[in-house]
This record gives sequence, C-alpha cells and structure tokens, in this order.
Amino acid sequence: MIEIRMHGRGGQGGVIAAKILASAIFKEGRFAQSFPSFGVERRGAPVLAFTRVDDKPVRLRTAIYEPDHLIVLDATLIKSTNVFSGLKHGGTILVNTSASIELLKFPEEYSVAVVDAADIAVRHKLGAKSIPIVNTSILGAFSRFTGVVGIDAVVEAIREGVPIMPDENAAAAMEAYEAVKSTASEEILGKIKVN
Amino acid sequence: MGMNDTNDLHKRNGLMHPSVDKVLVIEGTHAASYAVKLAKVQVIAAYPITPQTGVVEKLSEIVSHRDLNAKFIKVESEHSAMACCIGASISGARAFTATSSQGLALMHELLHWAAGSRLPIVMVNVNRAMAPPWSIYVDHNDSLSQRDTGWIQFYAESNQEVLDTVLQAYKIAEIVSLPIMINLDAFVLSHTSEPVAIPKQDIVDEFLPGREALFRVNPDEPRAFGALIGPEAYMEMRYKLFQAMEDAREVIRKVDSEYSEKFGRSYGGLVEEYCTEDAEIVLMTSATAVSTARIAVDELRSLGFPVGLMKVRAFRPFPVEEIRDLARRVHKIGVMDRNISFGATGMIYQETKAVLYNAPVRPKLFGFIAGLGGRDITPETIKDIYSYLLNHDAPESETVWIGLKSSQESRSDRGDSSSEAFGQNENL
Repeated sequence: MIEIRMHGRGGQGGVIAAKILASAIFKEGRFAQSFPSFGVERRGAPVLAFTRVDDKPVRLRTAIYEPDHLIVLDATLIKSTNVFSGLKHGGTILVNTSASIELLKFPEEYSVAVVDAADIAVRHKLGAKSIPIVNTSILGAFSRFTGVVGIDAVVEAIREGVPIMPDENAAAAMEAYEAVKSTASEEILGKIKVN
Repeated sequence: MGMNDTNDLHKRNGLMHPSVDKVLVIEGTHAASYAVKLAKVQVIAAYPITPQTGVVEKLSEIVSHRDLNAKFIKVESEHSAMACCIGASISGARAFTATSSQGLALMHELLHWAAGSRLPIVMVNVNRAMAPPWSIYVDHNDSLSQRDTGWIQFYAESNQEVLDTVLQAYKIAEIVSLPIMINLDAFVLSHTSEPVAIPKQDIVDEFLPGREALFRVNPDEPRAFGALIGPEAYMEMRYKLFQAMEDAREVIRKVDSEYSEKFGRSYGGLVEEYCTEDAEIVLMTSATAVSTARIAVDELRSLGFPVGLMKVRAFRPFPVEEIRDLARRVHKIGVMDRNISFGATGMIYQETKAVLYNAPVRPKLFGFIAGLGGRDITPETIKDIYSYLLNHDAPESETVWIGLKSSQESRSDRGDSSSEAFGQNENL
C-alpha cells in the first residue's frame, strides 16, 4: 500500500487533488481511497488531504500517520507546521515553490522535487495571482516525479474531476509534468520505490 | 497496467458484475445521493448539517438537472424536514431525508411519529458525536439515542454498502411498513472517496418497483391518520409495531439475499461473520471499525491466534438469533462500542448481554469503549482489545475504555507542535 499526504491551505484545491489522484489510480486498475483531514475547512487555514493506493480494495480506515509521499502545495507550511511528520525513510517530497531546488535543505534520505505550480496555474488562468489554484498542476508533477500514477490517467481524471475549465487544468498538469525538477537523476525520475 | 489487467482486477473485486452501470470514485455522502436517485424517491426534504451536507447538495444538483423527478423541499429545521417526509409518505410518496447528530436529536419527536404511523421513510444519518463539547467527528450516540423510536437501524462499513443499503432499505421499509435509518461514520465514510459500483437503473427498477401504499391520503376516500385513540386500542397498535420489527428480521435477510442475486453483493442480513469458523474469541463491532478490524484479525490469525469478528449491521431489530448462535460456538465475546450510555455501558454490549441472559450457552462477555468523538480506531486499537480478550478470563470492569489518556496527556495533545528539524528552511 502506498500512502500520500498533501499539505495545502483551504482554497488551493488539495482535497479535490487527492480525490482526482484516487480516480486516476482507479482508472489504471488499482484501488484507491482519498479523504481530507477530518476538520472544519476555512480558506487559508492549513488543510491536509490523503490518498491511499493498493492492488486490492482499501480496508484501512484510519488517518495516515506514516506517508510514503508528501505533496506540499504551499511552501510556507514547511515553516509553520510539522509537514514532515512521519514521512517514511526514502520518502519523496514534492514542493510547489519558485525557489531553486539547490536552495532547499532537506535530509538526504528523502527524494525532493520542486515545481512552480503557482506560476503554471496563473498562466493557465487557474485562479488569481494572489490565490492560484495549484492542485491540478501539482498532480502532473507528482506523476512524473514518483511514477505512482501515469500522466494519461491523471489528465483523464482531471478532465472529469474539476468543476470548471477542464482544458486549462489538463494543460497545466501536462506543463508541470515537463517542468518538475528533482534531486533524483533522470533515470530515477518516475521509478521511485519506497520501502 | 494494461486494460486487460485492469478489467481482471476489478472483476475479481465485484466491480464488473453485469448489474454495474459504471464505477465512480465518490464520497459516502454521494453514494447515498446516487442511491436515492436510483430508488426514484419522490420527495426529499432536508436541512444541511456537517458532515451530512454532501448528501443533500448532490441531491439538489440531481433534482435541478432533472435527473430525478422529485420534489425537493428546503426546510427551516430538521423537525420540519421529518414533518415533510411524514406528510409525503402519508400521501403515498417515497420520501427521503438526511441528517446528523444535533439535527437528528431535533427530529426526535417526529421519529416516533413516523414509526407510529408505520411510514416507510428512509433517512441517512451521518454519525456525529453529540455536543457539548462541540464535535463534528464520529461516534454513534446520536443514532443509538433514538433506538426506542421504532426505526430500523443499519450501520454501513463502506461507501458501496451505503448505496446498497439505501436500495435495500426502501424495499424492506415498504414490506414491513417501518421507517429505516442508515448510519454512516462522519468523515471516515462521509468525506472519504472510494470506488462505488453504480447499478443499472433497469435492474434497480426490477428489484425496487414504485411504492404502492396500503393507505394514503386521498380526497376521494377520506381517512384519519394518527388520530386520538383510547386505551382500548393503543396497546394493540403498539403490539403490531413490535411485531413488524420482529418480522423485519426475516425480511432483512431475504431482501439481502435477493439483492445478492441481482447485484452480486451481500452483507449477511443483520450481521456478517468474519473468520469465525474456528474462532474461540470473537469481537463484535459495527460501521467502519469493522473494516479496520478485518486487517487486525488477518494479522492475528496469521500469528496463530484463534480470533474472529462479527459485524453488527442491524442494531434495530437487534440480531438476537445470530448472537445466540455465535455464543454457542465461542469461548469469549468482546463488544467494541463507539458509544456510551451514561450510568450503564456501551449500548451494543448492553443489548448483547441481555440477549445472552436466557441463552442456553453464555460465553464470557467483555465490553469495550473506543473511538468516541472521532478518536481514531486503528488496527492497533483493535489488537489491544484482542490482546485484552486473550489475556483475561473475565473483564476487570463492566466497561473497559481503550486508549483513554490522562488529563495531562489530553492537554498537551491539543496544540500542533511545529517542526523543529525543518523550521529553519529560509529559502522557501
């Protein structure tokens, strides 16, 4: 079983992203479950969303405490909340940031990738510059970075799962798929396995 | 993974049964909404409350798109929502509402009214802890507090079971003339998305034709409904309600097996046993905790422990025969309640104990309280309980609380500690 935790802020679309991810995985023939942090949602407040992936129906119905993959929709959360809590050894961290990957200081045990999902989203007219909707861009980057799910399934699930602008969202995901930068070498990109 | 592999995998997991129209990855609230659409409900009246809101949001969308020809009545309270359903049901319509927690409590008076009038109303209740202190998280005190209102009560383990049980419920309700409440855990099901097979409409129509009310408001044939009645007849009407609930047991079993024939999914009727064939110690519990408990049972059995599980799917009518039958086969029964009756014990435990008092064989019985107010029930929680059952010949007290913190621990757990290791990352 693969467990993914997404950190965002209310309004960024993290909960929808976790759900689209689950749909994409199901399209590929595996089973998935997604859920938000069980709480009251407020715009701007830290929000968690989770996706579980397995080859058989997911029976585990608990919170995710030790994720394999982290997706951080808002890099400021890294300073204000315990984003890395429980991340498994050898896990991956994907961050939406305009900062260069060389400038990030994370322990070497993790594979790290960055993508400027905010910039991509704004250029595809997804949200305003002050509040870009980065959820679909980040999924494209996640697909390339981790290989957990293929980009075709992601794009199809995005088209079905977003309430508006399916073409723009799909295009943003594909652009982020190309733009993601990782500390892992090109050969490793997309073939990360977590134990 | 190729398309053929995909089909193969999903076939093995019952998602490619001939009855399936499509499979959607949806949350529990929406599984209820799709079932209401498939059941061709005619009147929906509801008031939104977290975490039930998704049920009526989706339904209002379905009705406004004319995908369901129903009257959607927006009301000012849950009391009015149930009043509307009662009126609609008396007029012969198939009626639906959904609520949660405080909303259900506000309906209380009318729950008696619906059952006393023998109306086959179906309601989805998203189980949420009662306030104060305010909570939006799961436990079962809200619905179990309504146990004596005359409603049939089901507890669902998965989103698929929510959809399937709503369809079964209309059939059962209209046979026995009793209202039915389908309960699903707040957030753990209500806000969790997972694959749900949506059956084909024509097969649902075969299984569940339109309602034919025995009695209904009809200006051409005037009748009085719910009028004053004297002591000479009230008791007999109560006996009939009691008898209808007794009869519901067999109807629930039959409808579940008919459902299985048509749709390929069965839930065992009132209970489902898991790994009990050779089990010496069995844990009874309900709702989503069952799903997680299956994992714990598999683990413990792989280590050689003779443990099993009984899922309590129906709480009303209570599965008397099933529990007495289990009691004949095992040494110890534990009951994990996600509820507490103050001054007594957990409610499923209480009822199990009552059922076994006159039973020919009475194994040792243990009552556990866990998961109140959304406290996570993990495989470890369940394993702690099995461990207690394995290591004790008798319970040390009438209720054993699992995972209870000291007051100091619960104070320090309230704040989220910020990252120390990563807090200094200035480049972000």
